[in-house]
Amino acid sequence: MPGEIMKEKAKILDKDTINRSLMRIAHEILEKNKGTKDLCLVGIRNRGAHLAKRLAGCIEQIEKEIVPVGILDITLYRDDLTLVAAHPVVHKTEIGFDISGKNVVLVDDVLYTGRTIRAAMDALMDFGRAKSVQLAVLIDRGHRELPIRADYAGKNIPTAQKETVEVRLEESDGADEVVIVEKD
Amino acid sequence: MNWAKKDLLGLEYLTKEEIELILSTAESFKEVSGRNIKKVPALRGKTVVNLFYEPSTRTRVSFEVAAKRLSADVINIAVETSSVKKGETLVDTGRNIEALKADIIVMRHNCSGAATMLARHLNISVVNAGDGWHEHPTQALLDIFTLKEKLGHIEGLNVSIAGDIAHSRVARSNIWGLTKLGAKVKVCAPKMLIPPEIEKMGVGITDNIDEALKGADAINVLRMQFERDEKAAFPQALEYFKTFGITEERLKKAKKNIVVMHPGPINRGIEMSSEVADGVNSVILEQVTNGIAVRMAVLFLVAQGHDKNGQDTD
Repeated sequence: MPGEIMKEKAKILDKDTINRSLMRIAHEILEKNKGTKDLCLVGIRNRGAHLAKRLAGCIEQIEKEIVPVGILDITLYRDDLTLVAAHPVVHKTEIGFDISGKNVVLVDDVLYTGRTIRAAMDALMDFGRAKSVQLAVLIDRGHRELPIRADYAGKNIPTAQKETVEVRLEESDGADEVVIVEKD
Repeated sequence: MNWAKKDLLGLEYLTKEEIELILSTAESFKEVSGRNIKKVPALRGKTVVNLFYEPSTRTRVSFEVAAKRLSADVINIAVETSSVKKGETLVDTGRNIEALKADIIVMRHNCSGAATMLARHLNISVVNAGDGWHEHPTQALLDIFTLKEKLGHIEGLNVSIAGDIAHSRVARSNIWGLTKLGAKVKVCAPKMLIPPEIEKMGVGITDNIDEALKGADAINVLRMQFERDEKAAFPQALEYFKTFGITEERLKKAKKNIVVMHPGPINRGIEMSSEVADGVNSVILEQVTNGIAVRMAVLFLVAQGHDKNGQDTD
């Protein structure tokens, strides 16, 4: 927010711990889905999309199999369009494969109120009938407003509402780190 | 770049950045029409009223499809059957629509400036779907979108516009949009169909179609509206075709990959031959498809712009 002073409180994850978390999540996804058959990843723009690509890389390392990765833009499905002061810019959804009958792992950076995931599930339903939809997040910070939970989480971090969790990634922010910032 | 306007009245009133935002938003919306389920809930619960004082099928249908793919409710008012016949003024009609709690009026009117006047009197959004000889912004936006899709960029392109420039809102909106985005525009028409002082809009002028084609990256061929003005300045449709019609013969002298556009409906054998209309250079049907995406983007943005204006006054 412009005008507000944000104080960086703590660094929770760095490059190495992010990579280890992603590798563990990749193992868990493979364990739960018994391999890569019918498996696909769909990342939520913007950072979820980067994380989905990285997870696919981890899975490839482990199983030597390539898993399809899609990108979902949920702007058109949000329930808070009128609440957002700065207008969200609509980007493209790129899911180049049929999700019908697939086990879809939705990927996002931070799980908070659950509203983004609600919107993402609505959007996903319009692309076909997935066999199952699972959720992987790098950070679960609590404060859910909807009955939604993560199947795979890199780290659970209890936070106060006035705090914000910022996930920064090489692809979009130039460095890999997760920090808690506090509004003064 | 944020959109903060509640209306879309003409490209004259937009900045380059605003035009580019509409184009990039439209790019995202184009993907929606390619899905199995061609619908997103972005304008769920909003009501769009198509208010058409002039007969129009393609523009109205395009707006209607666009609104429905955004999950808005659409009401069509054709003025021949409405109380305007009983003497209601434009502003009164607008206020009545506003009182119905509609959110967006899409209006086509035969008077230049009608949309601007209506927008000034109403709090809800107004989208100009063509006003007199003034502007037809969404047509120009879809032309520019198609051109950008085909050639990758607009800046530095040579674009010719041929046909009845004097009476064409499509020409005017295209000139505003293209020049703002850095294209060089040339208009081509019989001398009596070139409006006075058009060169002040920063365009070149010619009355020779071969000259308009020469070196052009694209030509936008306007519809000759012989039905609109019976004592038209140009008496014979066939004579027009002979002097100005785009034929394969003439295209041979143009750039090999020149983009041929037409806002429709085409008069085959008047503005262009059938071979050209159906040929490899023609993007006429792609324009129709892109029209949906562009109009979805415009409806989405003005709806947001309206909400934002509402917030700012708090």
